[in-house]
Amino acid sequence: MKLILHIWRQKNQASPGKMVRYEVEANEHMSFLEMLDVLNENLIAKGEEPVAFDHDCREGICGSCGFMINGVAHGPLPNTTVCQLHMRHFKSGDELYLEPWRAAAFPVIKDLVVDRSAFDRIIAAGGYISVATGSAPDGNAIPVRKQDADLAMDAAQCIGCGACVAACPNASASLFMAAKITHLGLLPQGQPERKERVLKMVAAANRELFGSCTNIGECEAVCPKGIRMEFIGRMNRDYLNASFTYQEEKEMAGVG
Amino acid sequence: MTLDSRIPSGPIEQKWDRCKFELKLVNPANKRKFHIIVVGTGLAGGSAAASLGELGYNVKAFCFQDSPRRAHSIAAQGGINAAKNYQNDGDSIYRLFYDTIKGGDFRAREANVYRLAQISVNIIDQCVAQGVPFAREYGGLLANRSFGGAQVSRTFYARGQTGQQLLLGCYQALERQVDAGRVLMFPRTEMLDLIVINGKARGIVTRNLITGKIESHLADAVILATGGYGNVYYLSTNAKGSNATAIWRAYKRGALMANPCFTQIHPTCIPVSGDYQSKLTLMSESLRNDGRIWVPLKKGDKRPPTEIPEEERDYYLERKYPSFGNLVPRDVASRAAKAVCDEGRGVGETGLGVYLDFSDAIRRLGRKTIEERYGNLFEMYERITGEDPYKTPMRIFPAIHYTMGGLWVDYHLMSTIPGLFVLGEANFSDHGANRLGASALMQGLADGYFIIPYTLGDYLANTKLEKVDDSHSAVKDAEREVTVRIQKLLSIKGKRSVDSFHRELGKLVWDYCGMARNAKGLQYAMGKIAELAEEFYHNVNVVGDGNELNQSLEKAGRVADFFELAQLMCRDALERNESCGGHFREEFQTPEGEALRDDENYCHVAAWEYKGEGQSPVLHKEPLRFEYVHLTQRSYK
Ligand SMILES: Cc1cc2nc3c(=O)[nH]c(=O)nc-3n(C[C@H](O)[C@H](O)[C@H](O)COP(=O)(O)OP(=O)(O)OC[C@H]3O[C@@H](n4cnc5c(N)ncnc54)[C@H](O)[C@@H]3O)c2cc1C
Ligand code: FES
Repeated sequence: MKLILHIWRQKNQASPGKMVRYEVEANEHMSFLEMLDVLNENLIAKGEEPVAFDHDCREGICGSCGFMINGVAHGPLPNTTVCQLHMRHFKSGDELYLEPWRAAAFPVIKDLVVDRSAFDRIIAAGGYISVATGSAPDGNAIPVRKQDADLAMDAAQCIGCGACVAACPNASASLFMAAKITHLGLLPQGQPERKERVLKMVAAANRELFGSCTNIGECEAVCPKGIRMEFIGRMNRDYLNASFTYQEEKEMAGVG
Repeated sequence: MTLDSRIPSGPIEQKWDRCKFELKLVNPANKRKFHIIVVGTGLAGGSAAASLGELGYNVKAFCFQDSPRRAHSIAAQGGINAAKNYQNDGDSIYRLFYDTIKGGDFRAREANVYRLAQISVNIIDQCVAQGVPFAREYGGLLANRSFGGAQVSRTFYARGQTGQQLLLGCYQALERQVDAGRVLMFPRTEMLDLIVINGKARGIVTRNLITGKIESHLADAVILATGGYGNVYYLSTNAKGSNATAIWRAYKRGALMANPCFTQIHPTCIPVSGDYQSKLTLMSESLRNDGRIWVPLKKGDKRPPTEIPEEERDYYLERKYPSFGNLVPRDVASRAAKAVCDEGRGVGETGLGVYLDFSDAIRRLGRKTIEERYGNLFEMYERITGEDPYKTPMRIFPAIHYTMGGLWVDYHLMSTIPGLFVLGEANFSDHGANRLGASALMQGLADGYFIIPYTLGDYLANTKLEKVDDSHSAVKDAEREVTVRIQKLLSIKGKRSVDSFHRELGKLVWDYCGMARNAKGLQYAMGKIAELAEEFYHNVNVVGDGNELNQSLEKAGRVADFFELAQLMCRDALERNESCGGHFREEFQTPEGEALRDDENYCHVAAWEYKGEGQSPVLHKEPLRFEYVHLTQRSYK
C-alpha cells in the first residue's frame, strides 16, 4: 500500500517547524512505527535526516511512543498505542498528518519528540506511598478486597504517554493524575498520605502549566489503556475533602 | 588474576546473615558525604537508587529514556517468584534455591542463589507496601500462579503487567527521593564510558541525548544496572533501546565479562512475519499454565488448526515430558519447538511456529477466567496478528529474550574493578546457563533493594578514596576517547544505514550462536562478524550531527559495541565444549537430543579479560562447587 504522509519536522526546540510531505510504500502486516522505519531508511539512503520519534518497548507498555495521526492521539484504533497500531487498519492512498503532542507543558524537542518530564515532577510531588526499603510488614498482613485491588489495577495501568494531555483542549493532566490517585487511594496502604498526595500533585500540575479539567472527555477517548473519566471524579472528591480537612488537621496537630 | 568470589564461610542458610554482620557500616551522618552513580533505572537500578537515597547517600541516576519509568523492566509480563509458600503446596526457600540451581543447569553459584531465594520473601512485602496491586483472591490475600521449571505455585503477578507495576512502585520510590533532593535524575543521558582512577571506578562519561553535550560525572562508586544484551540479535523481545554499551565499556576498562554465550531463548513469542520486522513480541510464559502446545502429527499438514482432529495432533511436550508437560524450562521447550519445526511439522506461513491452544482451558474454566488471567495478552496477540486466540490457537515460536551472561561480580555484586558494582540483568550472577521464569524481576529487586545497600557501605567504609576532580588525566582521556568515537561514526558517511548492519549482525548471531551452536558455525560467524564490522566502519551512514538529538548516532554507537560483544559470545560458545541450559552445542547431546553437560571440564564460570585492541581476550575460570544440590543430569520427564 502507498501512503502519503505529512510529518511535522522541527530541528530543535529553538527552531520553527513545518509539515513536510513524504510518500512511503508499506504493507498491512507492519506496525505503524515499522512503516516509519521504512520511511526513515529511505530518507537515510538519500542522505536526509530521519524523522525522530520516541519509542522503546513497541509493545504498548513503556509509554514512550505517541503522536497525533490526523488529529487523534495514537491514531484511529481505540485502546491502542501507536506502536501497537498495525497498517491493516489503513488503506492504500490514505493521507496521514503526523504531529507531536501539543501542550505548553510538553515542549517539542525535535520532530515528533516532546519533553514530558513534567509528569515525573507530578509523581515526585506525591504520587507514591512512603515506605523505606526493609520496613514493610508481611505481604499478607493486610488483606485487600479483591474488588478494590482490581479497580486499583485498572487505574494503575496508566503508561504515562501523555495522550490525555495532547487530546484535551485545556491540556489538562487530570486523567494522568487521577489514575495514580485512584490506584493508591483504593488500597489500605495508600490511606495515610491520601490527602497530602492529592493536594501536592494538583499543586504540581498547576505549576507545570497543565490546564484544568472541564469534563470534555477527549482524554478517555484516546487513552490507550482505557483509564476511565470516573477516576477524575474520585480525584476531585479526594481533593475537596482534603482541601477542607487537611489544613484543619495540620493546625490541630500544631504543625500548621 | 584470581577471581575471588568472596563467598562467606559457614552453612548456606547462614552465609548472608553472617556476611551482613561482618560488613563494615557507614555511619548515617557520613553517608551524605558519599556520591554514588547509578546507571539504569529499571528494577535493579531504580530500586538501588531509591534505597541508597533513603539511606542518605548522594545519588546521581541515569537512563537513556525520557523518564526512569520507561526502563525495559516495564515490559515484563508474567510475574515474580517468591518462596512465601502462601499456597501451602510445599514451597520453601530451599526449594526455590534448588529449582533455580537445577533450572540453571548447575552453572550458577550456590551461595548467591540461596541468598536470592531468602530475599525473595522480603521483596513481595516491600512491593505490597508500596501499593503494587498484585492479584488477590476473594478473601483479600495474595494470589499465585505457576511458572516453567517449578512444580509449586510461587509466582506473584499483577495481571499480565507485573514488570510495569513493580517498576512503577520502584519509580515512585525513586521520585520520592528526587523530591527529597537525595537523588539527582538524568534522563535522556547515555553513559558512554567508565572512568577508572588508580584502579577504582570513579565516574562515567555521558552524552546528553538532546544537546549532544559530553560530560563527566565523578563519584565514590559506580553502579551499573543497564540490563541485558539480547539486542545483539537485532530481533529480540527486548525494548529497542536496550543495549550493551555500558557493560561493554566497563569490560574494556578492565571488568571481566562472564559467560557471554549464556543467552536465553524464550519459547512463546509471536513468530516473525516479514523482513521489515523491528522486534519480537513475547507472549508470557504464564500462558503455558493453561495453554497446550502442539503441532500436527503429519508433516506439511496445512489444514487450519480447528480442523485437525485430536488424534492427529502431537502435544509433544506432554508426550516427551509427562511430569512437567507444558511447563518444562524455557531452554527445553524452545529446543523441542525447533525440533518439530526442523522435522517439517511447524505451522503458519513460514513453517516456523507451533500452536499454543486454549480451547481445553476455556472449556474447563470458562472464557471469563481465561480473560481475567490473560486478557491483555490475548488482546496484544490479536492486535499484532489479527487473529483471535479465544477462537483459534496462538502461533508461537522461540525468540531471544534474556541474557544470563554479563559482567562478572563477586558475592558483594562488585566487579573486578573495585568500586564498580553491577546489578540486575547486566551481571551474570544467579541464573547459570538458563533462567527460570519470573526470576529476573526477583533478582533485579533483590540486588537493588536488599543487597547493594549493605555491600556498598562495606566498600566505602573499607576503601581509601582519594579526592578526584575533572582535571584528572583519566577523566580527560575518557572524554576525549568518547568524542573521537562519536566523530568517527559521524564522519564515515557511507552508504548503509545503521539498522541494515544491525539486522545483518543479528541474523549471523541468531543463525550461529542462537538456539543451537556448533564449532564450525561459530568459527564461521566470528570471521563474518569481523568482516561486517570492518565494512561498518567504512560504509555506515550516520546522518546529522552530534550536537542535538540524533537517534541514528545513538544506534550507531550501540551497534559498534554489539559487533565486539558478538565476537566474544561466539568465542565463549566455542570454548565451552559442552551443552548446558541455553547453550546447546550440537556436538554434545544425549541420544534423546537433550543437553549433555561436561561437569569434569566445564563446571566453571568463564570470565573474559580484555587485553587491548587486536589482542585475544584471556579466559579466567571460577570453579563452581555444588555442596547442596548434587550435580545430576536435569530431567523433566
Ligand atoms: C518482554 C519481556 C517480558 C519479561 N517478563 C518477565 C517476567 O514475567 N518475569 C521476570 O522475572 N522477568 C521477565 N523478563 C526479564 C526482565 O524483565 C528483565 O530481565 C529485567 O527487567 C531487567 O531489569 P534491569 O533492571 O536489570 O534492566 P532494565 O530494566 O533493562 O533497565 C536498564 C536501564 O539501564 C538504562 N541504560 C542502559 N544502558 C544505558 C546507558 N549506556 N546509559 C544510561 N542508561 C542506560 C536504561 O535506560 C534502563 O533504565 C521479561 C523480559 C522481557 C523482554
Ligand atoms: S513504544 Fe512503548 S508504548 Fe509504544
